[in-house]
Amino acid sequence: MSHSSAQASAHSEHEHGQPAKGLTRWLYTTNHKDIGTLYLWFSFAMFLTGGCMALVIRSELFQPGLQLVQPEFFNQMTTLHGLIMVFGAVMPAFVGLANWMIPLMVGAPDMALPRMNNLSFWILPFAFAMLLSTLLMEGGGPNFGWTFYAPLSTTYAPPSVTFFIFSVHMMGISSIMGAINVVATTLNMRAPGMTMMKMPLFVWTWLITAFLLIAVMPVLAGVITMMLMDIHFGTSFFNAGGGGDPVLFQHLFWFFGHPEVYIMILPAFGIISHIVPTFSRKRLFGYASMVYATASIAFLSFIVWAHHMFTVGLPLAGELFFMYSTMLIAVPTGVKVFNWISTMFRGSLSFETPMLFAIGFIVLFTIGGFSGLMLAIAPADFQYHDTYFVVAHFHYVLVPGAIFSIIAGAYYWLPKWTGHMVDERLGRWHFWLSIIGVNLTFFPMHFLGLAGMPRRIPDYALQFADFNMIASIGGFLFGFSQLLFLYIVIKCIRSTDQAPDKPWEGAEGLEWQVPSPAPYHTFSTPPKVD
Amino acid sequence: MKPNPTPAQGREQDKKQANQRTLRRLLLASVAMFAFGFLLVPLYDVFCQITGLNGKTGGAVSEHQGAQVDATRWVTVQFLTNTNADMPWLFEPLQHKVKVHPGEITKVSFSVLNPALKPMTAQAVPSVSPSEGAEYLLKTQCFCFEQQTLAAGAHQEMTLLFRVDPNLPPHIHTLTLAYTLFDISETHAIGQMAQVGINGGLSYE
Repeated sequence: MSHSSAQASAHSEHEHGQPAKGLTRWLYTTNHKDIGTLYLWFSFAMFLTGGCMALVIRSELFQPGLQLVQPEFFNQMTTLHGLIMVFGAVMPAFVGLANWMIPLMVGAPDMALPRMNNLSFWILPFAFAMLLSTLLMEGGGPNFGWTFYAPLSTTYAPPSVTFFIFSVHMMGISSIMGAINVVATTLNMRAPGMTMMKMPLFVWTWLITAFLLIAVMPVLAGVITMMLMDIHFGTSFFNAGGGGDPVLFQHLFWFFGHPEVYIMILPAFGIISHIVPTFSRKRLFGYASMVYATASIAFLSFIVWAHHMFTVGLPLAGELFFMYSTMLIAVPTGVKVFNWISTMFRGSLSFETPMLFAIGFIVLFTIGGFSGLMLAIAPADFQYHDTYFVVAHFHYVLVPGAIFSIIAGAYYWLPKWTGHMVDERLGRWHFWLSIIGVNLTFFPMHFLGLAGMPRRIPDYALQFADFNMIASIGGFLFGFSQLLFLYIVIKCIRSTDQAPDKPWEGAEGLEWQVPSPAPYHTFSTPPKVD
Repeated sequence: MKPNPTPAQGREQDKKQANQRTLRRLLLASVAMFAFGFLLVPLYDVFCQITGLNGKTGGAVSEHQGAQVDATRWVTVQFLTNTNADMPWLFEPLQHKVKVHPGEITKVSFSVLNPALKPMTAQAVPSVSPSEGAEYLLKTQCFCFEQQTLAAGAHQEMTLLFRVDPNLPPHIHTLTLAYTLFDISETHAIGQMAQVGINGGLSYE
């Protein structure tokens, strides 16, 4: 790939050149880089907020018995931890990366719909302020788990549930607008010569993710609207006494919820597919199969939702259908893992921080995938359901999965964003502390779950004490090592270690053809892609 | 006179139009998916009704449906009664099980007592297991088709008339019909008030 360097040629007069000063720059900005930065800092703030809640949970579980918090508050912590990490940390971080990188990767001057882009970010702080404010309300915040099953979230919910519903509505609207922007940018704004099958994989995976978001976020909005109507307007969507059905809630929720878990992992696959080739100094093995595998995973995600509900009393045919269709997802996912390994095979490997996190992702995400396969076996799931085994599984795919990929992406692109190199020594410290912390936290949870410890409980039987103590120590190690990440990022911003345009010798793609740091406006004249 | 747009400006214009078109289509898709979420509710009910999943039984059937008595076969029908959380009523079947021939009409009575110090309204919700047999349990008359209001301390006997469809798969020998009684006094009261409001409004004329 190459592009004409005739960027300085005369072009449109709406170019402002430099960003405005002060707070209004951030409030009114329509610049994709500014908005990307806002998203990334916001998601990091939410990551620390949700992390503090996780540490409250882990502190209480350090020993059996009730020490620090009341069960009511414990339930609010588990609920808000889940909601904040899913909707506040992981999803906005990916949207931030998309904002920063997709225009650079496809050679576009900005996102397709810049004003909507501004709106979709600025809804979020209000949504989360409202969600967090429920903690101070009478009756406390949401306490029904992040899956908010009816009737826990309707008949038995605290009065603040209405604020919870509105905040989730706002998050949904924000995600949908973000997704529309990604689709419009990818379909309409590509540089001449950038055909679909030449698009970088991060763009591909995000395009598919955006379609998933547009398909399922409105269904979530519908579900919470039904809850609102059940609570306030006397309808009975989920109330059995009035002819409704609580199991219907679970079907509707997981029709959203299962594609949602792929929304949180497909962009991660994209990031890893950039980092692994760069530090293997080889082209990605099986580009086309990666695209098709992503599309297959997205399609399959719509027909597997009831594997979250094996114990509600599905008929045998249903159990079998959802069991086999779930196992089928292992095929395209396996294609991806093997492609990454084949890319590394006989490559000229080097292990800079982004690559360390990427390899950590591949190994640990695969462990999470395998425990997912165990959970997919319907008869076995009857034992695992609602135990810590499930907690271990989804934390393995989300923490060293989604979050490691975000961190890896941040280390990979920080030189482009800030114009400075990252402190490699501290980056390694961050990696080793994180990977030890993650495994110490979540690996014992497999054993706890298999031994029968239920999830979402503030107290537990004595035989679970040792593993819980290990998990709590690991949780604190992992949590505090993220403060090191914060320090590394700030140090990188303030550093004087100038990064070259292409700081990684094996990197490919248009984003490395603009200067470091990336100027406020890039690709005002589209590059030429051969 | 306007100068002719340069090719670059023309391209920009095209892109703008394309973006607007994409925006419109995707917004429409989001609205459609929102509607689809609501459409899933009746679809779910229809799906359960057709397949009998979830143990949902159908509404009242006519006197004649499934009326050929199959005297060569016996089916045991068991009755379970539950009350939902916070529902104080005492709710019992007078017979816990009956043995019937498929096709014959059987009458079973249930007793309810409202021990509370206030009038209450209840709704019984049936469920059949195995769910495969749900669609073969035909009810010609059931208290679950309507709501029951009982004064404080009042007692009542409620009737169920049913027959087992002779087409019941041969491997099913026992059907269990479980009723859960829900307290719907609150929603019932809201409905009544709305009713009174409408009638009252008219009567003032």
